[in-house]
Formats: sequence, C-alpha cells, structure tokens
Amino acid sequence: MFLNQFLFLAAALFCIGIYGVLARRNGVLVLMSIELILNSVNINLVAFGAYHGHIAGQVFALFVIAVAAAEVGVGLAIVLLIYRNRRSIDVAEANLLKG
Amino acid sequence: MFATEEVAELASNPWIYDNIWLIPALPAASFVLILFFGKRLPYKGAEIGVTAVLAGFVLALIATFTWIGDIEGVEEGEGEGEHALAADIQLAAEEGAEGGHGAARGAPIVNETEWFGIGTDANQVTLGTAGAEEAVAEESAGRGEGFSIPIGTLVDGQSVMLLFVVTFISSLVHIYSTDYVDGDRRYTHYFAFLSLFTASMLFMVLASSTLQLIVGWELVGVCSFVLIGHWWEEKPNSDAAVKAFLTNRVGDIGLLVGMSILYFAADRSFSIPRINEMAVSGAIGKSTLTIAAVCLMAAVMSKSGQFILHTWLPDAMAGPTPVSALIHAATMVVAGVYLIGRLYPVFYVGFGISGGTLNLMAFLGGLTTVGGGLLAFVQRDIKKVLAYSTVSQLGYMVLALGVGAYTAGMFHLFTHAFFKACLFLGAGSVSHACHHSFDMKADMGGLRKYMPKTFWTFIIGTAALAGIPPLAGFWSKDEILVGAGVFPGTGGNGTFTIPFIFGMITAGLTAAYMTRAVWLTFFGEYRGHAHPHESGPRITTPLIILAFMAVVVGFLNMPTGFVDTLGLPSGWAHRFEEWVEPSGIASFVGADNGFTHAEPSLLLAILASAVALLSGFIVWRYYQALYAKDPKATEYTDGIASNNALAAAGHRVLEEKYYLDHLYTDVVAGGTKGPVARLAYWLNQNVLDGIVDGAAKLSVAVGRFAYRFIDQGVVDRAVDSSGLSALASGGFLRRIQTGQVREYAALMFGAAAVLAAVFIFAV
Amino acid sequence: MNALASIAGGVMAQGQPLTEGGEWIANVFFYVMAAVAIAAALKLVTTANVVHAALYLLVVLSAVAGTYIVLGAEFAAVTQILVYLGAIMVLLLFGVMLTRAKLGADEDLDHPQRWIGALVAIAMAAVMGYSTWEAFGDEKLVDHAPQNTQQVADEIFSTYIVPFEALSVLLLAALIGAVVVARRD
Repeated sequence: MFLNQFLFLAAALFCIGIYGVLARRNGVLVLMSIELILNSVNINLVAFGAYHGHIAGQVFALFVIAVAAAEVGVGLAIVLLIYRNRRSIDVAEANLLKG
Repeated sequence: MFATEEVAELASNPWIYDNIWLIPALPAASFVLILFFGKRLPYKGAEIGVTAVLAGFVLALIATFTWIGDIEGVEEGEGEGEHALAADIQLAAEEGAEGGHGAARGAPIVNETEWFGIGTDANQVTLGTAGAEEAVAEESAGRGEGFSIPIGTLVDGQSVMLLFVVTFISSLVHIYSTDYVDGDRRYTHYFAFLSLFTASMLFMVLASSTLQLIVGWELVGVCSFVLIGHWWEEKPNSDAAVKAFLTNRVGDIGLLVGMSILYFAADRSFSIPRINEMAVSGAIGKSTLTIAAVCLMAAVMSKSGQFILHTWLPDAMAGPTPVSALIHAATMVVAGVYLIGRLYPVFYVGFGISGGTLNLMAFLGGLTTVGGGLLAFVQRDIKKVLAYSTVSQLGYMVLALGVGAYTAGMFHLFTHAFFKACLFLGAGSVSHACHHSFDMKADMGGLRKYMPKTFWTFIIGTAALAGIPPLAGFWSKDEILVGAGVFPGTGGNGTFTIPFIFGMITAGLTAAYMTRAVWLTFFGEYRGHAHPHESGPRITTPLIILAFMAVVVGFLNMPTGFVDTLGLPSGWAHRFEEWVEPSGIASFVGADNGFTHAEPSLLLAILASAVALLSGFIVWRYYQALYAKDPKATEYTDGIASNNALAAAGHRVLEEKYYLDHLYTDVVAGGTKGPVARLAYWLNQNVLDGIVDGAAKLSVAVGRFAYRFIDQGVVDRAVDSSGLSALASGGFLRRIQTGQVREYAALMFGAAAVLAAVFIFAV
Repeated sequence: MNALASIAGGVMAQGQPLTEGGEWIANVFFYVMAAVAIAAALKLVTTANVVHAALYLLVVLSAVAGTYIVLGAEFAAVTQILVYLGAIMVLLLFGVMLTRAKLGADEDLDHPQRWIGALVAIAMAAVMGYSTWEAFGDEKLVDHAPQNTQQVADEIFSTYIVPFEALSVLLLAALIGAVVVARRD
C-alpha cells in the first residue's frame, strides 16, 4: 500500500469539505462539512503514524475526535441561538458585519 | 609803568607759563560742577561760576605781570623813533643762545605734547624758545612719523593780552549777571554755559596748534548758539540762535579749508609758530598763502561779523544783555581778529600787505565799518545800535590788520572790549529800569535824571567809542588811521587810500549814531510807562570799573612824540606794542617783507577828533531842535526822508539791512531748497516708492502664482488626491467586507492554498 | 460491511501481519472505502435534503473508520464509530430537528456563488495533490501489526498526559459553554 493513496483520500475529503463549507447555506450543513475536514485530517494523522511506525498518529487522531466533538457541541449551541434569534440558520443572512 | 623790582620777583616764577592751562581748566571745571550740582547750591551755581572765573582772572593777572616783567626785565637800548627792532633781534639772538625762557622778548613759549597720534612716538616738545630758527629745529627734530594731534599752550603777548581781557570782562559779566538774570527760568544753565564759553574762549586763545584753534573756535560758536537762544521758548530767539550758528558754519568752511591748506603746506604740521616761520621764510609759496588767507578770511567774516556775513550779529541781541556784552562785543567776535593776529605772517605775505594799496582784508574791513555804521542810524533797539557799532568797530580792527598796522588792530581790540562791554552793560541797566524793553523810541528818554551812574558810564563809553581824546578809543582809532599810510608824514606799510577814507567816514558816523542813541535814551522826556530807577550795585559797579578802564587803558600805547611832549619818561611810550607784538614780526625786517610801524601824526589826530566832534554836534543840534518842537517826539515826521524820494529809498535800504537777510533767506536758501525739495520728492515718489511698490507688486504676483499653481494646483491636488485615493480605495476595498462568513472563509482558504503553494514551490 | 469487519477482525486477532497474498485484500478494501467515502462526501455537499446530508455524513464517517482499520488503528476506528456516529451524528440530527430544517428537498441550501468555493477547493486540491505527489511519490507503508488499545493507552498516559488533561478541560469548557450559550432565558 502506498502512503499516497491515503493522503490523496485525505486531500480529496478535505477539499470536498472546503467546498461544502463555502457552498452551503444551512448552518448545520456547514458543521457537517467541517466534520468532513476534520476527518480528513484524522486520516492524514493515522496514515503518517502508520508510515513512521509511531503511535502518536493515532493518539492525536483521538484527540482530534474529542475536539471535534466539543466543537460540534458548541457550534450547534450557537446555531440554535441564531435560530432562536433569527428564525433562520441561513448563514447568508448573518451579514451584520457587512462593511 | 610797573616797578621793576616787583616784576623781578614775579619774573623768577616760571610755573605760570607751564601751568597756564589752568586758566581755561578752571571755568571748564566750573561748567561741569554747575551742571551737576548747581541747582542744589544756595546761589544756584552762580557762586561756582563767579569763583572760577575770578580765580582765572587772578591767574591771568599773574601771567600778565610775569610776561610784562619778562619783557621789561630784558629791556635795553630802547631807541627813540623806530623801536630798534634790529637791536631787539640782536638781543634775541644773543640771549637766545643762552637759552632760558622769555629771554627773547616777545617770543612765544610753547608747551606742547601729543594728545594722540597714529603711528608716532609721543612727543614732548617743550620749546623753551630761543630764536625762532631754533624753535623750528627743535620741533622738526622732535616730530616723529605718522599723524599726531598735539595739544598744548602757546604763551605770548597776544595770548596774555586776551587772557587778561577775557577773564576780566567775564568776571565783570558774571557779577553783573547775578543781578540781571536773577530769577530767570534757566539761571543755573546760564551760568554753566557762561563758564563753558569762558573756558572755550581761553582754550582758543592759548591754542598752540591750528587744530586746537579750530576746536576752540567751534566751541565758542556752540556756546554762542546756546546763550543766544537762552530764552528759546520764544521763536525769534531760537531763530536768532540758529541763524548765528549757521552763518558761522558758512565761514567755518573757509576755516577748515584754510587750515588744511596750511597743514599740508607747512609740511604736515599743525603748529602755529612753525606755520608762521615757514610763511615768513618763504618755505610756503606766496600763492598758497594767498589762497589760505582768503579761505581764512571767510571764517573771519562770519565770526567777526564782517560784511557780508555779519547778519547774525544784530539778531544775536536776542540773548541776555550780559551775554551780548561778553560774547558779541568783547570776546567771541574778536576771535576772527585774533585768528588773523595769530597767523599774521600768513596774511601779511599772502595778501602782500607790505607796500600795497588795497587788499581784500583792508577793503572788507573798510566796507564793514561804513556799512555797519550806516545801519546803526535806523535802529530803534539800543542793543541793535550797539551791535552794528560792534560790526563797525570789528571792521576797524580788520582794516587795521589789513593795512599792516598790527599793533593798532590788537590795541583797538583791547580798548574796544572795555568800552563796548561798558556800553552793553549800560544798555542792560537801562532796560532793567524800563521793564526789560530795549526800544529807545517807545520806552526810554530822559533817563539821565533817574539813573546817573548808568548815564555817566554810558557817556564815557560813548566818548571812548567815538574816539574823543584822551579816552581809550581815541588812541587806538588814531593809530589805525595812521597805519593806513596815507596821511603825509606817517609812513607805514603801504598806501591804503580807500580803507583810510572809509576809516575817516566811520569816525564821523560813530560819533553821530552814538549821539543819537544817547539822546533818545537819556535826554528828552521819558516816554515809557515804568518807574525807572538806578540799578543795584552788582550792575553799576562793573559799569564803573569798565568806564574807568575805558578812560585809562588808552595810555598804554602812547606814541613817543606825545610822551616826549609831555615830558614823561620815554619808557612809557608804546608799552602795549612792546608787550604784545611777537618777535616773529621783528624778523619781518629784511628784503621783501618790510614791516614798519607808522608814525603817529598830531595833525591827523586833531583832524579825526574834529570830524567826530563835529558829527556828534550836528546830531546833537538835530535832536535838540526836535525836542524844542515836541518834547515827546523821537523823529522828525517831515524830515528829509519824507520829502526826497532818493533819501527815502536810502532809508528803506538801511532799514532792510541792505536786503541781505532777504538775499540769504529767500534767494539763496529758498532758491536751493525748492529744487532740492522737489528733487527729493521726485526721488521719493518715483524711485523709492517705485522700488517699494515694485517689491510689493512682485511679492503679490509671486504670491498669486504660488497660490494658484503651487498651492491650489500641486499641494492641494496632492492632498486632495491622497484623500480621494484613500476614499476610493476604501470604497473599493469595502466590498470585501460582505459580512458573509463564507466569503471570509473562502478568502482564508484561498490564502492558505496560495501560501501552501508558495511554501511548496518557492521555499 | 460487517462481513468485512469480521474478516478484518479475524486477521487482526491473530496479530499476524498481512501476508503477501493478503495485501491485495487490504488494498481492495481500502479502495472500496475510499470510493464510498468520496462519493458520500460529494453527495453530502451537493444534496438538497438536509437529512440526506446527515445520512451521507454517517456513511463518510463509517468509511473513514474502515480506513483506520486498514491502517491498523483499531482503537481509533472504534472510537470514531462510537463518538462520531454515536454522539456527533445524533447531535447533528438534533440540531437539524431543532432548527426546523425542511424535511424533504430544500432548494435554499446552496449559495448562488458556489463557484468560488469550487474554485478554492480545486486550487487547494491541486496544491495538495501536487505536493503530496512530489513529497511522497513512492513511499510504501511498511506492513506491521495493528496497534492495540494497550499501546495507545500507554502512549496517551505517559507521553501525552498533559494534552489529555487539557483535552478534558476543553471538553468541560465546551460543555459548559454550550449549555450557557444555548440556554433559554
């Protein structure tokens, strides 16, 4: 098995995730895309850990999973708050910072 | 005349010659002291002034007696007739060889030191005098390189004589002033400047160099200005002061030019004895001397009131009367005559007086005597009569010097000082009684009843002035007339016909106008409104003293014939001449410079006195007739002038003072100041204003240009465009801030991609 | 998938490295997982249905877990399934519910300017692809035994104990934060 294949997979998922973050209007969908990105990072970590024969890759992948969980929790809390205040979670409508 | 024993004691005292500078120093110190402390003193400074000038007089007396003693002490072989000048020269040479001061009679004693010099060693030139040649030798040996300004004193008969006169009359005037100027608004200031004047005049008299003489000359001019304008709050007084000063200034041009010529001609020397020597010995060319003499005559004309620069003298009567007595009668106005006397060789050789028939000086003097005398006839103001009389007498002195009668001129200076001062102070006394008015016709008349002392002293002064024997004026005036060399049997230095005629005419004129003045003042009936009374002792005592002097001083120069006739000791003749004539004159004997003394003639004396008495008598009768007709009248209303047009015109000319004032003010000054003012105005408006306006217009144009093109165009545009560009770029860049999170995210990710690419490919 | 897992598990239980012959199985397995993951991801970012998107995410996460297994990271795979599929997905679905997402097709899920995102994604993909290719062109993964939980635990609690504790604090903070942010007051 080539290392590259894992890396390509990770890159693909990463870019799809980017696309999802930039293209989606629903806040929850954005969070999902972010999960996608995080997972791609995880794949990278584990692949490199296996490549170098070091277990730190997996360890950090675990950490990332935990962080992702925390982040989704907080993120959803924010999305809910936005929904509560604006009756909509369309990120395109949250443009109060418009200059 | 003075006991030889007394004189012998004084003769052994040379300190006065070396310390003769004290005589001017005392009044100078008094000037400073009065200025600083006068106001606080009980007599307001007058006490300092009087004391100083009296002390100066005492010192001058000592100097006089010492000098006379020196002259008398060496007296030997006094010949009859001619004064044995040859013998004197021999004596001088012999005694000169022995050295010692005063050994040569009448030789000047010069104490000179360098005041400051440029490029010289300090010179102490003490000429103990021997013969004149030795004096020159010492001086040329002592003089160093460069330009040195000397200061010192020159003591000889002339200066001693004037020291005596100046201090004497100044003392009397000081005492007189304490009463006359009492209560004046500027009493202290008056005494200060009286002292300064005395100091300046003495400084000039003792001048050993032409520079010093010029300094003294100018100083007395300044003091005259100050004192004439003593009551300057009234415009006529300040006008008179300015006129005096400016007219003197005109003459001073001549003085400075003449002195410069002499300086360079005398091989760069300011020393008066040296100049005289070089003039006599022919070291200075005759034409140079002539030019210098003519220039110096200009100075004499202005200072000594000769025609045509005499116009300031009558106006100077605006000052207080004691000032007029001191300055414009006795002392300052004779400064010009003194100048001629000091530098007599220059004039004698320059004008070719020996053997001549007419020269500038004599002619000028003659013209002045007659002109001044004529003008005295039409004056109402008693002081103006006396002023014109002074002009006339000064003309006499200059005439005397012009015809070569040196001693006569000096002697007349001497006697004139006394009787003129007496007359002026008498006029002051009279005005005191008449509420300070000098107008004879309006406020005086018949004052002889009220003021006997003033009256009698005035009469004595008048008689002396008119030349009535045996008073002082007779002797001096007669000697002048004799000196003209015209009257047969007199001899003399030349044959000066025209000056002689002028002199004779004036002898008559003087008596006439003085009689008129005396009549209008003291005879007839009192026309004024005051209560006249005799003046106090401080006024009358000087009058009496001066009148006494006017009587006796004439006998100082009695001619030999007179002395012999009266059987008096022959040593009494020509005392003045012995004492005053400088030894330099004696060396005039010889080829080309024949200098002789004219022989007095009894016939001429009688003739001159007769002319005076006759003219006086005629005027007396004239006024007596007038008085008989109308006691209060002062002039004939139907006299010659009202009937005859020519006479009236002549009277007009006299009243207008020969239109000279008109000439000076309107024609000369007016003709100059008009064009000058116009030129200055044109320059101002066109050139100066043009420059200023041009500069202003230039700056305005520059400013406008700078504003429009630089400020508005460049700077403002730069500033505006920076603002606009900021605005534009802001407006442009604002669009990035969409408020859309995804946009920001897109940007972030995009930047991250770019950075990654950079890192991967470039780094 | 379960069959596959059992096979894998069987192989792992033995603690034997993959044999030569067994390597192609791992490759195939991996490619299948990869394809599924990518397909599901693409559907995730393009579908118009929110719930469908959530389900697609589920698929992706599972595929990623499979990839972990191929790499021999069994604990990571299990944790992935537990945490992601079990907790996070549920959370996301709750979020979908609470925000009244339209059930069924929803037309407003994409920005009109999607192309920007596409552009960025493609740029990023290009960069990453190229760099990966250039850096690790022919690197092979060394075959080794899968790491078990014991090894992971050892590593965590010895070398990385501090990040572990920090992580726990982070979780606590996130929990509190989420509660505070979302509470109704």
